[in-house]
Amino acid sequence: MEGLDGNAIAGSLYEIFGAEMTDAACVCAHCGAERRVAELTVYMRGPGTVVRCRSCEAMVMTLVEIRGITCVDLRGLAMLEHPS
Amino acid sequence: MERTALRRRLSWTQARVVDLLDETASVRSIVVEPPEWPGHRAGQHVDVRLTAEDGYQAQRSYSIASAPEDDHLVLTVERLEDGEVSPYLVGELRPGDELELRGPIGGYFVWEESLGGPLLLIAGGSGVVPLRAMLRHRSAVASVVPVRLLYSARSLADVIYRDELMQAATGLVDIRFTLTRARPEGWTGYDRRIDRELLAEVAWPPDDDPLVYVCGPTGFVETAAGSLVDLGHDPGRIRTERFGPS
Repeated sequence: MEGLDGNAIAGSLYEIFGAEMTDAACVCAHCGAERRVAELTVYMRGPGTVVRCRSCEAMVMTLVEIRGITCVDLRGLAMLEHPS
Repeated sequence: MERTALRRRLSWTQARVVDLLDETASVRSIVVEPPEWPGHRAGQHVDVRLTAEDGYQAQRSYSIASAPEDDHLVLTVERLEDGEVSPYLVGELRPGDELELRGPIGGYFVWEESLGGPLLLIAGGSGVVPLRAMLRHRSAVASVVPVRLLYSARSLADVIYRDELMQAATGLVDIRFTLTRARPEGWTGYDRRIDRELLAEVAWPPDDDPLVYVCGPTGFVETAAGSLVDLGHDPGRIRTERFGPS
């Protein structure tokens, strides 16, 4: 399964964080790699969206929408900038 | 103003389809008029949502093909035979129909004149769409940033915006096609998939520190961006956007 990138979830992230997030910096909690959200690997073919670090492939973010509510798990990130 | 734009609420809106333009046999440009449009930046996209009669919804992202300065908002969509959304957009949509969309979205894969250059644009197939918006924007603001587009397509008939791109190729605008499957007789341009050797020939040398935008299918983007890094380009100057089946 080929991964996309963080650009593909720009709309969902905007909805969740209320700001444009693709250019925001983030740090992988597993390997410490820092990059822009747009550069993360995104898999959208499953029941939810899985976002992985492009360096170590660790899961950094998951987004699951159930009955209009989006559940967001960010435990794989040590840091996520919020451009406010 | 930038701050206001960041805090804008992103909501779904019904945009009226005012025109449809066939770009190639499988690619169509959709000219839309959203009731309110805050303006966009070259390289941004919109989300499009289709709702079936039974309530089932499918949502995809499409790059904006028009420059911020253009009169209308234009999306260019390639029909993928097994797609859920693109066959409707390319084959069924008619002028006067309404299309549900939200945007503009994205802040990373964006070019503005203040970012400078030289600007190297690398497109695989319909990955040319956001790069075309950048070219049009550059031209609309009369930018003197040198730009080079390397566009990989299967054949000349698959080249989207072919006439426009050929006409744009003057002075500081360098447009190069590589045709990977079929070439017209007497074709003297590039005739293979983008690889390290081709990029070494086409890209400005790393010492010129070009600002690079790569857009295409995932495998294409990995090859192009990886080869540029191998050639000594600064990864921090390479922005990428990958697309998949839609």
